[in-house]
Amino acid sequence: MSKLQVSLYRYNPETDSAPYMQEFEVDTQGRDIMVLNLLEMLKEQDATVAYRRSCREGVCGSDGMNMNGRNGLACITPLSHVVKNNKVVLRPLPGLPVIRDLVVDMALFYKQYERIQPYLQNDTPAPAIERLQSPEERDKLDGLYECILCACCSTSCPSFWWNPDKFVGPAGLLQSYRFLADSRDTATRERLSDLEDPFSVFRCRGIMNCVAVCPKGLNPTRAIGKIREMLLANAT
Amino acid sequence: MVTNITSFSRSGLSDWIIQRASALVMAVYTVFLVVYLLLHPQLDYATWSGLFQQTWMRIFSLLAFVSLAAHAWIGLWTVTTDYIKPTAIRVSAQFAIIFAIFVFLVWGIQVLWGA
Amino acid sequence: MSNMRTLTFDAIIIGGGGAGMRAALELAKSGKKTAVLSKVFPTRSHTVSAQGGITCAIASADPNDDWRWHMYDTVKGGDYIADQDAAEYMCSEGPKAVFELEHMGLPFSRFDNGRIYQRPFGGQSKNFGEGGQAARTCAAADRTGHALLHTLYQNNLKNNTTFLNEWYAVDLVKNANGDVVGCIAMDIETGEVVHVKSKATVLATGGSGRIYASTTNALINTGDGIGMGLRAGVPMQDMEMWQFHPTGIYGAGVLVTEGCRGEGGYLINKDGERFMERYAPNAKDLAGRDVVARSMVMEILEGRGCGENGDHVLLKLDHLGEEVLGKRLPGIVELSKTFAHVDPAREPIPVVPTCHYMMGGIATNIHGQAIAQDAEGKDHIVNGLYACGEAACVSVHGANRLGGNSLLDLVVFGRAAGMFIESALNEGVDYLDASESDIESAMKRINRWNESEGGESVPELKRELQNIMQTAFGVFREEKNMVEGVQKLAELRERVANAHLEDKSAAFNTARIEALELDNLMEVAEATAIAALERKESRGAHSRYDYPDRDDVNWLKHSMYFPSEKRVGQRDVNFAPKTVDKFEPKVRTY
Repeated sequence: MSKLQVSLYRYNPETDSAPYMQEFEVDTQGRDIMVLNLLEMLKEQDATVAYRRSCREGVCGSDGMNMNGRNGLACITPLSHVVKNNKVVLRPLPGLPVIRDLVVDMALFYKQYERIQPYLQNDTPAPAIERLQSPEERDKLDGLYECILCACCSTSCPSFWWNPDKFVGPAGLLQSYRFLADSRDTATRERLSDLEDPFSVFRCRGIMNCVAVCPKGLNPTRAIGKIREMLLANAT
Repeated sequence: MVTNITSFSRSGLSDWIIQRASALVMAVYTVFLVVYLLLHPQLDYATWSGLFQQTWMRIFSLLAFVSLAAHAWIGLWTVTTDYIKPTAIRVSAQFAIIFAIFVFLVWGIQVLWGA
Repeated sequence: MSNMRTLTFDAIIIGGGGAGMRAALELAKSGKKTAVLSKVFPTRSHTVSAQGGITCAIASADPNDDWRWHMYDTVKGGDYIADQDAAEYMCSEGPKAVFELEHMGLPFSRFDNGRIYQRPFGGQSKNFGEGGQAARTCAAADRTGHALLHTLYQNNLKNNTTFLNEWYAVDLVKNANGDVVGCIAMDIETGEVVHVKSKATVLATGGSGRIYASTTNALINTGDGIGMGLRAGVPMQDMEMWQFHPTGIYGAGVLVTEGCRGEGGYLINKDGERFMERYAPNAKDLAGRDVVARSMVMEILEGRGCGENGDHVLLKLDHLGEEVLGKRLPGIVELSKTFAHVDPAREPIPVVPTCHYMMGGIATNIHGQAIAQDAEGKDHIVNGLYACGEAACVSVHGANRLGGNSLLDLVVFGRAAGMFIESALNEGVDYLDASESDIESAMKRINRWNESEGGESVPELKRELQNIMQTAFGVFREEKNMVEGVQKLAELRERVANAHLEDKSAAFNTARIEALELDNLMEVAEATAIAALERKESRGAHSRYDYPDRDDVNWLKHSMYFPSEKRVGQRDVNFAPKTVDKFEPKVRTY
């Protein structure tokens, strides 16, 4: 078994005038480890390699990156899913400024998330116990609330690449719909009126890269479609 | 809410509806023309020009032209805002597109109602 | 270091997990100048990995449920060294805190009547252990921690909390009187080191499971708050008490929620026997976690383990059916497929007890104020220092935490700390400013790393530390092993003190963070080891071959580890709840 060829995107703002690809050889002993484990092995070879990681089980959303051209979470992506011809190319998430190596500046991504007012709004006084919600109403939140803000979707979306300052992007819109769909939220009109401009929602051209890469199997395109339906119903 | 003064209706929802409605009109118009051509394999100038003498056909064609103009503007406006980031170049391109669409529209009307 | 920037806040909260963000929310609402300083973006904190739920007597599954029953379970589960005033506070305030979360938008699963879904969890009973199994754990499918953490972050956004995201707290700053007046912190992105000055410093840094080689904990759980506290001379309480979760995925260490057993799953050995029936005839698979973990290890040691090496057991879920699994345990299905290559709807999941939770930590009262002891063993408050969440030891969990009680602990005591700090700030707090030399001494450690030239590398030392802890301080412990372990740790400490940070760059230097974390792991490991050796009995999660019985005469006490002398003392357990009669220690059976 020959060693795995790893091509890693490197950039250190203090020493590098431009990013470059560094080649590594790693002996995985034929085991089908996760890409994150591979990075840990690289970091032992070269301590200067920088990447984010936390939960190592696909729920915290830290280690979104581009592996052989496809966005995903390093910690739940086995080598067998990405390696081609015994080679893997690791790059930062596309479309966001790179801070160092695989670490990107996610400020624009978070700004779009904050823009959709990602919190429950209810103008009625809270009861002494919980607000009641039927299981059917609650079911509408499935496939929405599970988002981990890893940015794999938004950074694979060409519309977000071109207008990250104006287009909310699939992650933000999925969360927007999570609150629009919540029977306990009373700010539907305000939420919708904030989205009816030509950019926020309507820059989605249904490319569906977001659906293809979401590591949690969520479907932002469907949520965007639902928002459009609600906008239409609200305005006609 | 993102505001934008150069978009067609300044509302994404209206733009979106207009683009779909105009697409529908153009599709129907296209299908009509194709069927018409298939039904008239030996089409001559007199028949063709006769068709466009009909008022309903002129109105139908005008509707298709207007749809095309709106559709083209919304689509090209989107393309310019996606790909052309320097404001001066983008605005110039948008003016050029508006001018071209206007010229084509006036020309089309002239063809329909002209001598 | 006089050119160092100073940031000033009324309160600084170190850690952006459930406890930190709950405290921050309270303070942000009060208009105090508050910041949350977190080494990761808040929703990447380890609270996100909590699965099964938040245990609380909201009387949804059972309209007659009573918080006193929950308190009884908590005290019994903690093998009677939980402070009963704290357990009383948590269990009685709990419903309020949970309803608040629901009002904030937490997407709890629901019963048909629209109320919050509750599932059975280990160690839960009705009527003070007399009324059979209770279902008291409020759940959002099996992603309750994720739902909770995101809800708290969202509500902090709503209330304009200041976040210092991807900042790392290096050490506490103490003034000449020994009051904590802030910390030294580093902006990870730029490498800039600043002095954060604050009238209230809250350690909400979570656990430290990474002292063990096999843990359910995130890679970030390195006990930073405990390390900072110990270096500042703050004693730590009950550090020997580490919970091993019965069901970590074999090989990967990834957690499989107790909710699996709550929903009807059970453990089997290689003969397919449901062995918990032998160890806990009544509660079976829903006995306390310490009991289940020990039973599993007994099965393995007695040759009834599964797999080629007979070194794990199996968690059987297939009889629940695909629909229940999909609706109630969707995350578990995902994790098993990814990390165990097993579809739980068809095959059982290979599991093994895995380090999960630190019951010990910074001793606090119910307001989150850190408590130290003077030479006579009398409690006193450490001015300016607060702790909540896993880093704190209030103590509601005693010697063994019940499943679902950690999330409740986070929100109840995060909230309590926030409320208390607000009122303390209103009354006026005035501490002496830190002097140049006070700040210098808090900078010692980071300077040491920055000036290191040659020496051993961090990953290698970390691995050794984890192996020592795994070998000598696991589920079962004994004198000889532990003495050896303590000795090895002492040697390792010397080596860590001379270790080398090769990469000294400023921007997003994760090697520097890992070096600083290693110091904290070292502190936690040593405190754990020395306290474990000292507690000569078996209680809750602390189980010794050489002292197999609970010793209420000598050890119905908290242990207190004093870092300067590396000495272990004792502290009284509170047996004085305010509104109920105290629960007397009884033999603990399930």
